[in-house]
Amino acid sequence: MKLIVNGKDFNSNIGTVQELLNELGIKPGRVAVEVNLSIIKKTDYDSHRLNDGDKVEIVNFVGGGE
Amino acid sequence: MEDKLIIKGIEFKSRLWVGTGKYKDFEETRKAIEASGADVVTVAVRRVNIIDSKSENLLDYINPKNYKILPNTAGCYTVEDALRYSRLAREAGISDLIKLEVIGDEKTLFPDVCGLLKATEILAKEGFIVLPYTNDDPIMAKRLVDAGAAAVMPLAAPIGSGLGIRNPYNMKIILEQATVPVIVDAGVGTASDVAIAMELGCDGVLLNTAIAGAKDPIAMAEAMKHAVIAGRLAYKAGRIPKKLYATASSPVEGMI
Repeated sequence: MKLIVNGKDFNSNIGTVQELLNELGIKPGRVAVEVNLSIIKKTDYDSHRLNDGDKVEIVNFVGGGE
Repeated sequence: MEDKLIIKGIEFKSRLWVGTGKYKDFEETRKAIEASGADVVTVAVRRVNIIDSKSENLLDYINPKNYKILPNTAGCYTVEDALRYSRLAREAGISDLIKLEVIGDEKTLFPDVCGLLKATEILAKEGFIVLPYTNDDPIMAKRLVDAGAAAVMPLAAPIGSGLGIRNPYNMKIILEQATVPVIVDAGVGTASDVAIAMELGCDGVLLNTAIAGAKDPIAMAEAMKHAVIAGRLAYKAGRIPKKLYATASSPVEGMI
């Protein structure tokens, strides 16, 4: 299955958002995930299945000011 | 008597809010924030590094249990982007607070107030506590409050410019008619700028570059802490009127 994760091509056989985070070694606590412009609630990470061609964005907080 | 800043029922320990950008490293960020006494720290929302997800994160250094994390929508030039970043921030974070920025121009980083007003209205309806970064324009400040802003954050001068409060008279008018707290956002350069903002009656100051860009950021952070306290106290105390001529402070009576 071919995904685009944070703008990069990503080939994987994972099924859900949670599995994607696991594969990337990302703790779900402080991130937000968007699939095809829709935000996925943390409680849905386990159930939300990814499909071929999905555009995934995983964001977190970084230093920033005014 | 307690003199606390409260926005929508949230109590703030300090009237100084600080950003977390432009520091040398996370350790310096942590020390500067600690020295500033701030309990609000602003952060930006950006992509996770998926190549090296083990790399350190800002929140490993700034514990969200000890600080109020205020995400911003810096870098957003459209209403759509500002809404998208705000919603992602809420999902990643722990509160409904958002420092809303809709930037109009790359060179000045002045806000696009038309977009800002639209985004404020939409996000306020969605239950966000919207703190919009705006111009020092009293009419726009009013419009933003009407649209549901929980506070207004007029700029002192362009972001990162260090020019200080360029239009104290506009700021006065904004303050006079404000029904929500007014937090000066951006443009202060040094402690006296902060003190002036607070003496005018502003409810708080948010700054980043003035600390992070100083030769000694940690010392400047401490200076800012005192400036906010001093300025607020002076405002509450009520300054003397300005006069052209001298008034003796020693009695004439009893002179030989």
